[in-house]
Amino acid sequence: MPDLLEIVLKLAAVAAAFGVLPLLVGQAEHKVMAHMQGRLGPMYAGGFHGWAQLVADGVKFAQKEDVVPAAADRTVFKLAPAVAIVPYLLVLLVIPVGPDGQVVLDLGLGLFFALAVMGIGVIGAIMAGWSSANKYSLLGGMRIAAQLMSYELPMVFAASSAAMAAGTLSLSGIVEAWHWYWLPWQAIGLVVFFVAGLAELRRPPFDMPLADSEIILGPYTEYGGLRFAFFLLAEYAGIVVLSALTAVLFLGGWRGPFLDAELGWLWLLVKVFALAFVVIWLRVSYPRMREDQLQKLAWAWLVPLALAQLALTGVLRVALG
Amino acid sequence: MTGQDVVLVLLGAVALGGGVLCVTTRQIVHAALWLVVAFGGLAGSYLVLTAEFVAWVQVLVYVGAVVVLLLFGIMLTRAPIGPGDGLDSENRWVALVVAVATAALLVTTVILGFGYDRKDVHAGGGSADALGSSLFRTWVLPFEVASVLLLAALVGAIVLSRTDIGPKDGD
Repeated sequence: MPDLLEIVLKLAAVAAAFGVLPLLVGQAEHKVMAHMQGRLGPMYAGGFHGWAQLVADGVKFAQKEDVVPAAADRTVFKLAPAVAIVPYLLVLLVIPVGPDGQVVLDLGLGLFFALAVMGIGVIGAIMAGWSSANKYSLLGGMRIAAQLMSYELPMVFAASSAAMAAGTLSLSGIVEAWHWYWLPWQAIGLVVFFVAGLAELRRPPFDMPLADSEIILGPYTEYGGLRFAFFLLAEYAGIVVLSALTAVLFLGGWRGPFLDAELGWLWLLVKVFALAFVVIWLRVSYPRMREDQLQKLAWAWLVPLALAQLALTGVLRVALG
Repeated sequence: MTGQDVVLVLLGAVALGGGVLCVTTRQIVHAALWLVVAFGGLAGSYLVLTAEFVAWVQVLVYVGAVVVLLLFGIMLTRAPIGPGDGLDSENRWVALVVAVATAALLVTTVILGFGYDRKDVHAGGGSADALGSSLFRTWVLPFEVASVLLLAALVGAIVLSRTDIGPKDGD
């Protein structure tokens, strides 16, 4: 039964990554933001530089009372956090961490699987916005829907560009086809994919749907305790997934300067954390965009840029044979 | 019956059940969410039939975009929590007749076309490669016709949504 053992081990590794990486990104966000703003950030929990802050937060969330608003749609309200978080777990299954089958599920259509499943996660947030029976939540849910519809298109276009360049939709195949000259060739696609992904995750500066200073926390306003923690976890898992997908599609995934086969997972991890750092950096650097600015960025900039990238990819593919 | 057949029937039941609940529920947002279940069942059926590409595109486009658009439209206009009045258009018998007639037509077409042939499905038969080469070699004309239709719809949508290029006064 070596196959079964291998599958169990791989699933355990994915579950561990899903449990640990988002927390690492969250802790990094606490510390990086703090230092960029001339603060120290959490310093007490766990002793050394507050490393256990998020563990303490988790314990706090678990102790809180489970509240469902009286006017809420109970079933949908309770289902929403699960719908928001499970898709990101599924995407992790198809991310290759090394050559020769170092991936849980090597789908021939891995790229489409990842994009399709990530789209489902957004429905969780929309469900939360509607079922809370709160006008701020409803506004947030509507903004999420509007944002997703605008940014899904450039994201899929940019991802298709990488697939066209590689000549395959398999994520492992795309990494194998990657060469250093993809960096200048697919640069526009990289930027478009990353920016559109940020908007789909509703990270600042694209956090109009949450906008804590005007609509409290949008769809998550009525949530508390573990359910709220799940939404937070989904956000950070989303950062991990977006960074991993960007790294796999545009930055060569597990390819590194040496020892690709043995240390592939390490190269991928380095790239994921570098991109996660950029995500945090952008949050600290840019103010929140208004709804009209969001839509303009998507339709007037990202879609034409993604189309230009597709054309460039196609022309060079044909010209180079 | 093989295991594949059983799974296909079960997924079909999920899709059908989701569809029936979608049109019978008294809550408009629940209808949209049941539609997600129906689309999911349909995508699962495609997967069992090895049409992987169609399955994931189904999820990407219908669950990820069309349902989100529907939810946006519902929330923008009227999305009460709890049973809403006015969801019943009083046409249920007509609708039932139309639905049964459509189903009968489709089933007849399939049976007339293929009889009781059993067609073997094999892994990779619905991959992007296979689908792409048959689409752009054998079926390129229907594909182009469909794109002209979509282009016309797109132009129409732009014309309708722009207020500054309406009909001239006096027309």
